[in-house]
Amino acid sequence: MSISNSATLSMPVGGLYHRRRIVNKVALSLALGAAGFGLFWLVAILWTLLYNGLSAINLPLFTENTPPPGGEGGLLNAIFGSVIMTTVATLVGTPIGIMAGTYLAEFGRNGKLAEVVRFINDVLLSAPSIMIGLFVYELMVVRMGHFSAWAGAIALAVIVIPVVVRTTEDMLKLVPNSLREAAAALGAPQWKMITMVAYRAARNGMITGVLLAIARISGETAPLLFTALNNQFWSADMNAPMANLPVVIFQYAMSPYEDWRQLAWGGALLITVTILLLNIGARLLAGLGTTRK
Amino acid sequence: MDANSPADSSRQMPPHAFSGPSGHHASVGPSHDRPIAGAGLPEKISVRNLDFFYDGYRALKSVTLPLYDRHVTAFIGPSGCGKSTLLRILNRMYDLYPKQVATGEVLLDGVNILSPKQDLNLLRARVGMVFQKPTPFPMSIYDNIAFGVRLYEKLSRADMDERVEFSLRRAALWDEVKDKLRQNGMSLSGGQQQRLCIARAIAVKPSVLLLDEPTSALDPISTAKCEELIDELRSDYCIAIVTHNMQQAARISNFTAFMYLGELIEFGNTEEIFTNPAKEKTSEYITGRFG
Ligand SMILES: Nc1ncnc2c1ncn2[C@@H]1O[C@H](COP(=O)(O)OP(=O)(O)O)[C@@H](O)[C@H]1O
Ligand SMILES: [Mg+2]
Repeated sequence: MSISNSATLSMPVGGLYHRRRIVNKVALSLALGAAGFGLFWLVAILWTLLYNGLSAINLPLFTENTPPPGGEGGLLNAIFGSVIMTTVATLVGTPIGIMAGTYLAEFGRNGKLAEVVRFINDVLLSAPSIMIGLFVYELMVVRMGHFSAWAGAIALAVIVIPVVVRTTEDMLKLVPNSLREAAAALGAPQWKMITMVAYRAARNGMITGVLLAIARISGETAPLLFTALNNQFWSADMNAPMANLPVVIFQYAMSPYEDWRQLAWGGALLITVTILLLNIGARLLAGLGTTRK
Repeated sequence: MDANSPADSSRQMPPHAFSGPSGHHASVGPSHDRPIAGAGLPEKISVRNLDFFYDGYRALKSVTLPLYDRHVTAFIGPSGCGKSTLLRILNRMYDLYPKQVATGEVLLDGVNILSPKQDLNLLRARVGMVFQKPTPFPMSIYDNIAFGVRLYEKLSRADMDERVEFSLRRAALWDEVKDKLRQNGMSLSGGQQQRLCIARAIAVKPSVLLLDEPTSALDPISTAKCEELIDELRSDYCIAIVTHNMQQAARISNFTAFMYLGELIEFGNTEEIFTNPAKEKTSEYITGRFG
């Protein structure tokens, strides 16, 4: 600790300085302790997951469909379903979210309508996902008369939208007004300014928001339980129930069958790694954004 | 024209207050009698009885002055006197903000650009602006310049290359960036960024250039380069420049407008303004007694 050394040399006020050092040490230890406590559980969870999950990772996990009780199999249909529904949800939710976020940052600004939209978006952002599942259940599943992958994707899209709206608005607001004026000064219409200049300046932040939204939905279970449900067999039909990792994990983990529980661990590890990678990607992008400034 | 600032006419009575060497104009009394500086030159822009309001606050008070084609007009005056406000009216930049209102007339080639029928984007393509802080777009040097051109012209690849080179050469930046046109514009130094912004403005072939303290954020060498550049551009454009640097105003402008508290106090030949100003306030400001 070179700081305290040099401080000792130049600090003549013995008592006061001494007390400060002790207070500093205590505060530091408490902070370290809290951080360690948090880290301990994180590591414990990850370790348990790795310990149980790694042994479940093998080729059949990726090549075979979910088995009946006691049988052998993998998670192919669930992985496929998760990827499909996450992709559709992202493709549906991202444009809507970006457009709404753009409206809030570039057009609505401090208007009444923008304030209302912003408030509703914040409510949606913190709404329990099970409610979103129920909402889409009422809206689609009940009317169509059956569970479907479409319903699942829409439920996930409803979760994506507020995240993307928020990050888009925040990132666009970080774009200095001088850039907007500079584009306008060249005769650029507002939409050109937004698409060519503002989006470019905010691009990394906006992509980060989308990645975080994907990370968020790739682990969601509740909304899928009410919408896509599950499917033991291979299905690529968006109008039929579709297997997906979170619900498979949910069902298999609570089953009495050892094979199923193994598969659940494997699926949990897959999801965790995916989310971790998405978060790292988001971090890297966000970092790029700040160094470029 | 420069004389309709009634608040000032009482203040400038004592003739000994003039710092200029001859002072013979002073004996003529209020500058009402002085002919309009530059009369007879083609007026690119005519500002007439211009008032400006920021959400009710009157930032410009009945400003009237000409901007001559192929000449540089410098705007000087203490901070907050309305120089930027005036410049931002000339390309209707203020229109981006709902609570800002201008009344009066601004004629560009005889057409009132304050008219609600004026197409703002076309106006801004004709009246270029460079800001105090360099504002490169987050894209390549090449695209920074092509951006504005693409808005109004459909050029072939070769023509666009040519236009980019032309603009960069005029902005005295070509030699420094010709090997890295694909590099991000934000990677340039401050002085280079500002010249990139000037190049960008020139690229769309405007007829008027508005420069709001373009060198105040630059080092002396970059400043000198920018001044040289402005001197170069004088022969093709009508240029309005705001500056806090008296020497700069004296060096590069043909005409100078001195503003104070939202009013145009004096407009005249730069040499005249600096050696023999008609108003006491002007000489006080120029000699550094306030501001
Ligand atoms: N966006 C704004 N809203 C309200 N008042 C403003 C705004 N911009 C400038 N003003 C006011 O208008 C006056 C003129 O400002 P400005 O034209 O920026 O002065 P200058 O460029 O000569 O320093 C100042 O009193 C300033 O406070
Ligand atoms: Mg200013």
